[in-house]
Amino acid sequence: MPASLPTDSVGIVTPELIHFAEPLPLVSGRVLPEYDLMVETYGQLNADCSNAVLICHALSGHHHAAGYHSEGDKYPGWWDSAIGPGKPIDTNRFFVVSLNNLGGCHGSTGPTSIDPNTGKPFGPDFPFMTVRDWVNSQVRLADHFGIQRWAAIVGGSLGGMQAMQWSIDYPERLGHALIIASSPKLTAQNIAFNEVARQAISKDPQFHQGRYYDHDALPKTGLSLARMIGHITYLSDDGMAEKFGREMRNGELSFDLNTQFQVESYLQYQGEKFSTAFDANTYLLMTKTLDYFDPASEYGDDLSKALSNASCKFLVVSFTTDWRFSPERSREITDALVAADKDVSYAEIDSDHGHDAFLIDSPRYMAVFRAYMNRVANELNLGVADES
Amino acid sequence: MRADLEIIAEWIQPKARVLDMGCGDGELLDFLAQQKQVDGLGLEIDHDNITQCIARGVNVIEKNLDEGLASIDDSSFDNVVMTQALQVMHRPDLIVEEMLRIGNEGIVTFPNFAHWRARFYLAFRGKMPVSKFLSYSWYDTPNIHFCTFKDFEALCIERNIRIIERTVVDNEHRQRWWHKLWPNMMGEIAIYRITR
Repeated sequence: MPASLPTDSVGIVTPELIHFAEPLPLVSGRVLPEYDLMVETYGQLNADCSNAVLICHALSGHHHAAGYHSEGDKYPGWWDSAIGPGKPIDTNRFFVVSLNNLGGCHGSTGPTSIDPNTGKPFGPDFPFMTVRDWVNSQVRLADHFGIQRWAAIVGGSLGGMQAMQWSIDYPERLGHALIIASSPKLTAQNIAFNEVARQAISKDPQFHQGRYYDHDALPKTGLSLARMIGHITYLSDDGMAEKFGREMRNGELSFDLNTQFQVESYLQYQGEKFSTAFDANTYLLMTKTLDYFDPASEYGDDLSKALSNASCKFLVVSFTTDWRFSPERSREITDALVAADKDVSYAEIDSDHGHDAFLIDSPRYMAVFRAYMNRVANELNLGVADES
Repeated sequence: MRADLEIIAEWIQPKARVLDMGCGDGELLDFLAQQKQVDGLGLEIDHDNITQCIARGVNVIEKNLDEGLASIDDSSFDNVVMTQALQVMHRPDLIVEEMLRIGNEGIVTFPNFAHWRARFYLAFRGKMPVSKFLSYSWYDTPNIHFCTFKDFEALCIERNIRIIERTVVDNEHRQRWWHKLWPNMMGEIAIYRITR
């Protein structure tokens, strides 16, 4: 943590593990008999429970979206740029709920949890999850807090898909959906990248068919490769050129296979860091969740029909250099919402940061985000925004 | 309150679905939402305008109108409005066609290049007219397709577009008796209500 806490930080936060005893039926046909969700909250829930905002995380995200866990924390939560006092999701006005989704590896029930039937970690036997399953688990989380209707559900990338699914499955339970750098479904190219990542993991000799916990092993090489591939798709060509160019570590060619270019070293570092911090089975599961998402498929591939049930208002945001979920995908969502006569606003933000742009503070993005969330708060009479 | 907004509001039914092409900061749609409870949507390209629309609760989609509107279904709006933007389009004729494909009725306003001041400016100074209202020079103006009322009406006849109503005003949107007498000479802004 910085020497003194930034005034626009939610400060030190403590996650909470919430147990759900009621079985959760899954789209796959399987059932989770009981489960835990790891959750953080920021701000205060008001008396009529009208000021709640749900944060849905992306592929490798978790419940720790804002603030710091301890004095010694070097970095804040993954969406600290957007959540805090006076920030776009203003914790002086909103009560923010952020969770680790089922199948995750940050405390919620997932492949690393102990299967009560065997006394061993679920590992590869943990049921595959769909976005709909996650939403169903999040509905129970809302009930737990007494939140009948979210003021807004906000998510980037895979998180945006959860916001979209909420609007379709539980239209009466949210006022606004903010769908950022997301997509109505993965393209063949997206699935292809995910498959290469999965192959890298499952072909690692340390993977042991997903039973690496039993072998006291970790498929570090595979998970690291998977992350490196993913990372390339999160950045843009321009962004990488600007950050690394062809810069070399030692300034000259060494004519061997040692790491020479800065970009190689950066990717290796990212892969290495991820390979011990994240669970390989969770990565496999969550990439499958992404691949499976396609709400229009139940409506004859007509996205606007899929969204016709929705009654919330929408903000859709994309970033110009995002090629993982390009602006074209966000325009599909927007066009479908217009065709379904829904309230929707759409902004296409200029950025060099590719898909990662949705996590990065940039003036126009934050202005749009802030303006929209102010509108949400004003509609609910949640008091006046702080000057910032 | 801009007078043209009131004129436009008179032509729009309560609760109509309205598309505003080039909606600016959302003033018209905000006004129509309050006065007529319309279900409005704006299209806009300017970043600050988009943020202002969002802030005031006007639905707005970032869009370059010159790239076309193919993603919007036929007859999906009751009214399609375009105020003071026709002259900045690459192909105003195609935009007018699109307005009437997407909407049942179109409302268009644009500055009249045959207004007497513009005529005198060009006739006596021999230079492209610059005024307080249209303050750009020829080389930096976004207004690349100026026309006159007569030009616009000729286009409507050529494309089988019916003009339901026309109101001619000055650049403060006031209606004067001389606008009715000699509109193409005296009028600065025309507000047309068109359909197919």
